[in-house]
Amino acid sequence: MTESILQVVGLGKRFGGLQVTRDLSLDIRRHETHALIGPNGAGKTTFINQLHGGILPDAGTIRFDGVEITREPVHRRALLGVARSFQITSIVAGFTALQNVALAIQARQGHSFRFWKRADDDRRLQEPAMECLRLVNLGGRAHSMAAHLSHGDRRQLEIAIALAMEPKLLLLDEPMAGMGRDESQRLVQLLKSLKGRYTIVMVEHDMDAVFSLADRVSVLVRGSVIATGTPAEIGADPAVQAAYLGHQH
Amino acid sequence: MLDNPQQTTFRRSASLSGLEPLRRLAPVIILVGLLALVPVLAEGLDQPFLIRVFTRMVVFAIAAVSLNIVLGVAGLVSLMHAALFGLGGYTVAILAEHGTTELLVLVPAAVLGSGLAAAAFGLIALRTAGAYFIMITLAFNQMFFYFFVALERYGGEEGLQVSTSLDVAGMALGGRTAIFYLCLAVLLAVLVAGTRLVDSRFGMVIRAAAGNDRRVSSVGIAPLSYRLAVFVIAGAIAGLAGALLVVSQTFISPAEMSWVRSGDLIVMVVLGGMATVWGPALGAVVFLLLELVLSALTIHWQLPFGIIIILLVLFLRDGLANLIGALRSGDGGRGHD
Repeated sequence: MTESILQVVGLGKRFGGLQVTRDLSLDIRRHETHALIGPNGAGKTTFINQLHGGILPDAGTIRFDGVEITREPVHRRALLGVARSFQITSIVAGFTALQNVALAIQARQGHSFRFWKRADDDRRLQEPAMECLRLVNLGGRAHSMAAHLSHGDRRQLEIAIALAMEPKLLLLDEPMAGMGRDESQRLVQLLKSLKGRYTIVMVEHDMDAVFSLADRVSVLVRGSVIATGTPAEIGADPAVQAAYLGHQH
Repeated sequence: MLDNPQQTTFRRSASLSGLEPLRRLAPVIILVGLLALVPVLAEGLDQPFLIRVFTRMVVFAIAAVSLNIVLGVAGLVSLMHAALFGLGGYTVAILAEHGTTELLVLVPAAVLGSGLAAAAFGLIALRTAGAYFIMITLAFNQMFFYFFVALERYGGEEGLQVSTSLDVAGMALGGRTAIFYLCLAVLLAVLVAGTRLVDSRFGMVIRAAAGNDRRVSSVGIAPLSYRLAVFVIAGAIAGLAGALLVVSQTFISPAEMSWVRSGDLIVMVVLGGMATVWGPALGAVVFLLLELVLSALTIHWQLPFGIIIILLVLFLRDGLANLIGALRSGDGGRGHD
């Protein structure tokens, strides 16, 4: 439990005159659920993007599961086991839910230069994909076009895609954003069922969700981590209250 | 609908049963079957020139189907398809000029030549996206066009005539009817292979990358190599179509590879519909039929032609294939998009 899977050291990223990530260091332990909180503009999504590979840092290193991935492209990190959900859901709208998940399954089964056999009839794709949809309670929507799914269902679909990648690290960027109460609660239940089996790093504004899900919480302010600890420790930390929770007073 | 997801699931899975591959190919079989009647009807009506006319339609149908694999399936608006088409034609014409008459050599050479050109130029063009991709493929197309215009040794602007007769496996190539059926057989093969390709794992990747590039790389697939592969496959088929053009009309000129021709091919694709593999083949036939009929009626045929194309595209969303699909089943036209 204390073995770390992700080590970020001295990460820095500047967009023009704006330093969005500032000497950011963080250790993530294997199988923990780690929440990133912080005021708007603290650089949370930019940090997630640097872990995912969509944005490359200017300084610092990222080691994941014993491999340095600082400059690896997105698809190679994905094959190493980094999966993510996006702040704005990212699915293939013209595919069914099942096809969206099957794409992630086929990515794990080697190259896709296979031109003849119908993917929709390929049991090696369809069965594991269906399994992942059932895990997120979308089994009944498998053949619906992704574009026709409700917002909450799309979020769940994105998680099903991530699970299909057999990830070692799940990056969830505001998974509850834009969800109604019922949908949020369903998602919290789902994440609770995944907790402990996967390493999860999540950015989330919903403090109830953060405090009920996270093993540890890190607070980002102006691009650096100012505190890391259990939810209780973070809630009691005066520096955190001043920098972040203090906004509520 | 949300209350009863079971029903939707049922209808969908019914259409995804084992008959699906056949259902997908039904329009292909009907289209090719109807075209197969052309020589019989043309001879019966004592209008044998129609066989040549329809051979040209079939050749352009092959080119349009190959363009749609790039355009409709992979979402890449390429304006260099005519160049790859013309390059295939010139490969055959130039080799024939130097005494090679065997189609089993000429046609593979054309396919290889256009495929290699697509690989080389695609590698550069595919590093761009959107409007830049359109502009760079347009520029490449014009490079090829002016190269052949300037190539005086092989006819330059005037074009190149194939004056020797061609053979297949040592035997003389038959008359126009045999050539028509040869082209039609190639069209059938391209349509069947294209349908398989679109539904294959490879097809899933390129369709997904057309819709959402970030999603594809996020699951661990680098889209560029797949895009390049699809560009090469489509380019090779365009070269095949160009080769058949020269085999059937024994002539090629740079006009066949100007960017305007690339535009014509795009209109054929859009007219027929991008959502199915066979739609563009229908689009090519209708496009060239319209051109034939209108140009017989008036020398100012391009004006009504343009208006008709605009109206058809405006009122037939997703093209003629979608119209036929809707007539067929009510929810047809559900293609790969």
